[in-house]
Amino acid sequence: MATKILIPTPLRGYTDQLDEVEAEGATVGELLANLTTRYADLRKHLYAEDGTRRNFVNIYLNDDDIRYLEKDQTPVTADDTVSIIPSVAGGGWS
Amino acid sequence: MTQAGPAALTNEEVGRYSRHLIMPEVGMEGQLKLKAARVLCVGAGGLGSPVALYLTAAGVGTLGIVDFDTVDHSNLQRQIIHGTPDVGRSKLESAKARLNALNPEVEVVTYEMALSSQNALGLFADYDMVVDGTDNFPTRYLVNDACVLTGKPNVYGSISRFEGQATVFAAEDGPCYRCMFPEPPPPGLVPSCAEGGVLGILPGVVGTLQATEAIKLILGVGESLVGRFLLFDALKMRFRELKVRQDPDCPVCGEHPTVTAPIDYDQFCGITPAATPMSGSTDATVEELKTRLDRQDSFLLLDVREQREFEICRIPGSVLIPLGELPARMSELDGHADMIVHCKSGVRSGKAVALLRNAGYTQARNLQGGILAWIDRVDPALPKY
Repeated sequence: MATKILIPTPLRGYTDQLDEVEAEGATVGELLANLTTRYADLRKHLYAEDGTRRNFVNIYLNDDDIRYLEKDQTPVTADDTVSIIPSVAGGGWS
Repeated sequence: MTQAGPAALTNEEVGRYSRHLIMPEVGMEGQLKLKAARVLCVGAGGLGSPVALYLTAAGVGTLGIVDFDTVDHSNLQRQIIHGTPDVGRSKLESAKARLNALNPEVEVVTYEMALSSQNALGLFADYDMVVDGTDNFPTRYLVNDACVLTGKPNVYGSISRFEGQATVFAAEDGPCYRCMFPEPPPPGLVPSCAEGGVLGILPGVVGTLQATEAIKLILGVGESLVGRFLLFDALKMRFRELKVRQDPDCPVCGEHPTVTAPIDYDQFCGITPAATPMSGSTDATVEELKTRLDRQDSFLLLDVREQREFEICRIPGSVLIPLGELPARMSELDGHADMIVHCKSGVRSGKAVALLRNAGYTQARNLQGGILAWIDRVDPALPKY
């Protein structure tokens, strides 16, 4: 079962410029593990060296932050959309 | 209807704001609220331009602007408050002149300084809300914390390339920036200049959203973006919305706050002098590079910028391998020991030098200040970008 993952612009360099990638997994954690196996360079942007997910990258299931669902254990279906939301500082690079 | 009193509108103002006055959502009462309102805009750049222009046009009584920059040619593609004759002028002076011409009824107060942990609380206390038009993580966390600590809403907008984000943080009972992003990315993971750039219209869209939210908060009408994070993708021309919740464990707005005064935000964001690879002791200067090129010394001048940048300007004799391709193309450097590496300003080439040294090219050296320093000090005929 594949679920759609939306890749934000700053990370598309690690997904062959794709803005949408499908990955397999029953939970958000499995999905992201499969995604970062396929796109290995993406891994260091999502996970710290100790394997914990980085605090400045938010993962959303549809419109909800998985921190307020079941975190990595949050179940996903083929109808869901998972989004990676990075923090962006830019105001016009003045 | 409010009776004419000291706070009433002049006949001229009635004419100016007539399209507001005839709308039930604004009317005379709303226009007087706008006239009494005090909004602080941090930054007079891409986002600050439309924010300041529209709030001034709308008749916000007092508009404060914080900035310390001067207008540069490269700003004009998006910072529409400034014009070509303003290049080289202080952004605040330029903005104030434009805003006074647009609407002399508005009091524009300028603060020519960098917002800091020392001055933020005092400054914010004088205003009803703050519009964040800044461009770096330390200042964004500072704006957020100072908003929470002074109880002022933070009308937030942020842009990169073709995408924008907008919301209202730190409103009463709403989440703050730290609830959504507890920590900033470490400097090394922030997209470099090569991945930067911004569509000139994008800050226009996002700044106009911020101005709209500020006006709604002043008027007390509609549904604000509190608790909703708006994402805008200009290429797809699509808006999406995410929920943002207040985090009970938030260190600044949570139930047991640990941040009760502004902190050192450079340190919080991991910006230390040592972490900046721009000035290593083995760096080459552009003067040294010029001497060695003139002498026709045998060494490799490696440019690690992107092809697009190489096409704008290059140092004669340089070889281009973009930083992202360097690990895979290192074999092309076989036979070169003596190397000077440059990019636009020295950050990417600092990373490249670290990569090269790890791979055994121990004599690789970074060009301090990059091609910008070369243009400033050696070849001013080249175009700057």
